[in-house]
Amino acid sequence: MTDHINTDGIIGAGGVGMGPAKPRAVKLDRSDIVLQTISYIVITLFALFCLLPFVLILSASFSTEATIMKTGFGLLPKDFTLTAYEYIFKAPRQIVGSYIVTITMTVCGTAIGLFVISMTGYALNRKDFPFRDHISFFIYFTTLFSAGLAPTFLWIARDLGLRGSYFAVFLQLLMTPWLIILMKNFMRTVPYEIIESGKVDGAGDFRIFAQLCLPMMKPALATIGLFLALSYWNEWYLSSLYLGSTVEFKPLQYLLYNIINTANALRNSVAGSNVSITNLPSNTLKMASAIVAIGPILLLYPFIQKYFVSGITIGAVKG
Amino acid sequence: MAGEETTRRRKSLLRQLADSKVLLLMCAPAVIFFIVFNYAPLPGAWIAFTNFNYRDGIFGSPFVGFKNFEFLIKSGQLWTLTRNTILYNLAFIVLGNILQIAIAIMLNEIRSTFFKKISQAAMFLPFFISAVLVGVIAFNLLNYDTGALNALIKQTGGDPIKIYSTAGAWPLIIIVVHLWQSTGYGSIVYFAAIMGIDRSLYEAATVDGASAWQRIRYVTLPSLKPTFIILVLFSLGGIMHGNFGLFWNLVGNNASLFATTDIIETSVYRMVLSQNNFTTSTAVGLYQSLFGFALVMTANWIVRRINKDYALF
Repeated sequence: MTDHINTDGIIGAGGVGMGPAKPRAVKLDRSDIVLQTISYIVITLFALFCLLPFVLILSASFSTEATIMKTGFGLLPKDFTLTAYEYIFKAPRQIVGSYIVTITMTVCGTAIGLFVISMTGYALNRKDFPFRDHISFFIYFTTLFSAGLAPTFLWIARDLGLRGSYFAVFLQLLMTPWLIILMKNFMRTVPYEIIESGKVDGAGDFRIFAQLCLPMMKPALATIGLFLALSYWNEWYLSSLYLGSTVEFKPLQYLLYNIINTANALRNSVAGSNVSITNLPSNTLKMASAIVAIGPILLLYPFIQKYFVSGITIGAVKG
Repeated sequence: MAGEETTRRRKSLLRQLADSKVLLLMCAPAVIFFIVFNYAPLPGAWIAFTNFNYRDGIFGSPFVGFKNFEFLIKSGQLWTLTRNTILYNLAFIVLGNILQIAIAIMLNEIRSTFFKKISQAAMFLPFFISAVLVGVIAFNLLNYDTGALNALIKQTGGDPIKIYSTAGAWPLIIIVVHLWQSTGYGSIVYFAAIMGIDRSLYEAATVDGASAWQRIRYVTLPSLKPTFIILVLFSLGGIMHGNFGLFWNLVGNNASLFATTDIIETSVYRMVLSQNNFTTSTAVGLYQSLFGFALVMTANWIVRRINKDYALF
């Protein structure tokens, strides 16, 4: 986006956070010490502010319903129990089914999406491709103007007949204009001489892409793959539109969405009968479901975070 | 002469197509994708001018002119939705950028790489979770019976607040949740910009006896100005488009909060999904798309006048 952003350095370092410390005069002024102290305090507080809600959910998922009802949510579980998790996994059919649906969509969607996006990004970055500007604009235009929710919904659900089909969700998440532009920017880092040398050796355009460029694009593939995987994993919106209750196994986040929204209804209906509310772990159940739905992301998080940083930085550099 | 010219051009176009057929084929899946999912539904926007019914379809339903728009304007709905959408986005843009710059500057002061890594990891985390989970977290904190906030109030002897029926509290809540989720993510661009500032500027300032505050005021902030202007202008271009997932999962179908929380996206979603109202929702969507299009064009025109290299097109 601006010349102040040194893209090459960032790609090479694999992340801004890992950049070299700023070389400074050794002698620290009093104002330097004050600023640094403030920085450490504020950054710590803000990091805690970002983290605390997760701790709250985790702790609630290990609490008993009675404690939650009596004292509310807290940072530490006052009495440790696995009741909510036992409840979920007592009839694991639903949650295992949802896991399988979401994992399948995430893996296939990321792989196919990455392939198509990188192929397009490669072609659009080729300076000797006479239609690159036309196609770029054709793709970019979709971000400027859209038909809106209702016409799109009618077209996909009725005319394409995808209502109740996982494909309605799967296909629509395959790519976005932004990810294609991001890939095109990444492709710039491949020296043109490499493409030239491939041509001289008589390799076709697809072979140059697949055998020469792709192996050099690992950071880009990791970054864009991460964004794709996240959008598949976190998907609930398209499911609510196109799947509703037509499928037996809802994608994971949509299942969570339903658990959250029906648990309240369930509790209200139980409240009228003789069953004690506290026997039905609705609050802790919700929290445990939330942990189950977010779990894999938290486990993979340390490994994927650095690609995320380089992705946003490159993404901000306009194509 | 003219005929010869055209044949030559046509020939060269055919030649171009033939020469780049592999590259064209490589673009084909993406092009087909955008035709099927983005271009094909466009004619459907005609629904906005009809009294749509399923039996007659989009182009068979009776034409009603601008009646759907008239209804929206007369009922005052369009104004409320536009106002809410724009005001929320303005708050997000202004507060978001200030916070992102502040975090980026302070992060740059942190010397310990370990501390920097850990705190960044914590700050990015909210960006990785789904909107559904954001809703869960907010409910966790704010609900009347068991919310952490009310638990705290009760412990200190106060009366719990019914937050989920207090419309006035929600602009603040939504803004805080938005900042919670996006500040760490947004600060990355500014942090990268700070890393790119010429070190000699800081050394010169130090030699001249500038304090840490003066270096921020006279070196860092002016260097961030172009990044800031461009980011803000582009967000202004998107000011008609709200963050649906956030609003829907925080507020949902809670009608008592709509006065202060309903934005264009949530209203359209509700119309389509729970009321099966395709005409009014298409009218709102078309209005949003046209208005938004004009705004992006204006923003891009301004950016182009400031610096041509930054413009999108």
